[in-house]
Amino acid sequence: MIHARKLSRTFTRKRGKERVEAVRGLDLDVEAGTLLAFLGPNGAGKSTTLRMLTTLLPPTSGSATVAGGDIAGDPSAVRRRIGYVSQKNAASDHHRVRDELVAQGKAYGMTRARAKERADELLDRLELRELADRTPTTLSGGQRRRVDIALGLVHAPELLFLDEPSTGLDPHSRAEVWEFILRLREESGMTLFLTTHYLEEADTMAERVVIVDRGRTIADGTADELKAELAGDRIDLGLRDTSDAARANGVAARFASAPADPSPTPSGTADPTVRIPVPNADSALPEVLAAMEGAGVKVATARGVRPTLDDVFLALTGRSLTEEEPTE
Amino acid sequence: MTVRTASLPPAPVPARSPAASFSRDVATVFTREITPSVRDPLGLLFTMAQPLLLLFFFGPLLGGVGAGGGGGSWQWFVPGVLVMLTLFGPMMAGYNLLVELLGGAMERMLVSPMNRTAMLIGRTLKEFAVLLVQAVLIVLLAVPMGFELYPLGLLAGLLLLAVFGVGLGSLSFLLAMKSAPSGELFYGVTQLAVFPLMLLSGVLLPMDFGPQWLQTVAMVNPVTHIADAMRALFTGSFTDPSIAWGALSAAAVAAVGLTFGTRAMRKGVGV
Ligand SMILES: Nc1ncnc2c1ncn2[C@@H]1O[C@H](COP(=O)(O)OP(=O)(O)O)[C@@H](O)[C@H]1O
Ligand SMILES: [Mg+2]
Repeated sequence: MIHARKLSRTFTRKRGKERVEAVRGLDLDVEAGTLLAFLGPNGAGKSTTLRMLTTLLPPTSGSATVAGGDIAGDPSAVRRRIGYVSQKNAASDHHRVRDELVAQGKAYGMTRARAKERADELLDRLELRELADRTPTTLSGGQRRRVDIALGLVHAPELLFLDEPSTGLDPHSRAEVWEFILRLREESGMTLFLTTHYLEEADTMAERVVIVDRGRTIADGTADELKAELAGDRIDLGLRDTSDAARANGVAARFASAPADPSPTPSGTADPTVRIPVPNADSALPEVLAAMEGAGVKVATARGVRPTLDDVFLALTGRSLTEEEPTE
Repeated sequence: MTVRTASLPPAPVPARSPAASFSRDVATVFTREITPSVRDPLGLLFTMAQPLLLLFFFGPLLGGVGAGGGGGSWQWFVPGVLVMLTLFGPMMAGYNLLVELLGGAMERMLVSPMNRTAMLIGRTLKEFAVLLVQAVLIVLLAVPMGFELYPLGLLAGLLLLAVFGVGLGSLSFLLAMKSAPSGELFYGVTQLAVFPLMLLSGVLLPMDFGPQWLQTVAMVNPVTHIADAMRALFTGSFTDPSIAWGALSAAAVAAVGLTFGTRAMRKGVGV
């Protein structure tokens, strides 16, 4: 469905003085029917990638075919087959919701009658019926987002791009939007390519996660693969006694699948913690506890920790995704 | 949220000739632009009232100017007002585009297969439709006050303004696209450009008695030639050479505007 080769985009600002390499040599192949999440911190180049793949922005170099068409050579073919829900609001403030949906249908070549029919179908599907004659300024954030998604679906595209579909919404609206996206996929088998900087979303919803940072792909796989390969499970043990730390480390080294966290005792903390990377936390936990007891280490607390995608990001970049404050 | 199940139908894409799909795209954009005004006509009423006020309060002051033709000052003033309104309409179109560019609605239309030039034309034609209604109102009110109507001249004049308006509108869009994301360039240039263009063209005040340098500036201002052509057409002097100059100016503005406007859209809008 998507084949991108060495796709790059550089922005020049202030008359060429400032160059921003927003996307650097992206290679990507996406199968039809996939739900792919493009995960990365703000400024990673997610939107820029989407805008290139949707023909809005010509790449500085590289090429891509999307839904069978070349983005540079045959943009109209691409445009007919894809839908795009941008990070911003797709419906204009002063247009009624239904009017926008009808205009969108006509933009894709439908007759007026067909466009109206399609608008009504979508109003029902997205539960926007009561809001049809309102203008977007009077809608809540979640309602507006549903309008944006409806606008992206008017021509029933084979491939839908969603740029941060849930950003800025309250938890309830986020859940609603997600419920709809997942339902949509189940019903239509549409290929979905979405970006997010919310870890949990990429983790729980997507079949494939592509992590990007500073314009480059740094990891690609299912959330479980990424976690297993790049972060792995961990056991956190809280010690009763700081003096046991050295012995605890010795035991930990026998189980550790990777060098254990070198600082089991952050100085000054009341209860020292030992972190042990293991292949499978659940099965290793009893063995580790037994070994600790055998060595005379008094364990106060024990916890098997499964990694999050944030741990993956941390392992890859040395930074945490959640540290970075969202900025537009 | 419970989502009702209804399978997604395949998108019908009827095959049409390029010309047919071009005009369909123009119609789609035009209809979309004009719908809010039709739904809420209050704003439109103010737009209509504005030139009428001008006609009533400013017109009588012009007593002496434009002496010559039968209707005297009206024959001179009415085409001037119409040219002036043609300067403001496209500015509004550019402003509306800027707002949609910053808001995201424009991006949504740019991913659709609609023709980019058709998008520009559809938008300016909306402003032109408003101008047409204004023109009809002005003419209807000016006739009883002594304005002499030359229907053919009026039609030709409006056509001239349509071409000019599309060109100006596209230039205004170009400016809007260049000034995103802050929009400041747009506000600055439109404020600085529109008034000199208007004042240095003699649309409202005759330039004949101005100093030489003013007249020279006026000569290179395309608006001057369009205003002159309009005045010739509105007095039925169809052989006046100013008409050719006016037509040429309008066509040049349209060609430049559409070429650069479409190119800017293709290059991608940096927001
Ligand atoms: N139109 C533009 N002009 C200049 N720089 C831009 C433009 N769009 C994006 N950038 C820069 O490119 C980088 C990537 O931006 P973006 O793709 O929006 O990131 P993301 O969507 O992952 O948050 C950022 O540093 C951003 O400032
Ligand atoms: Mg973004």
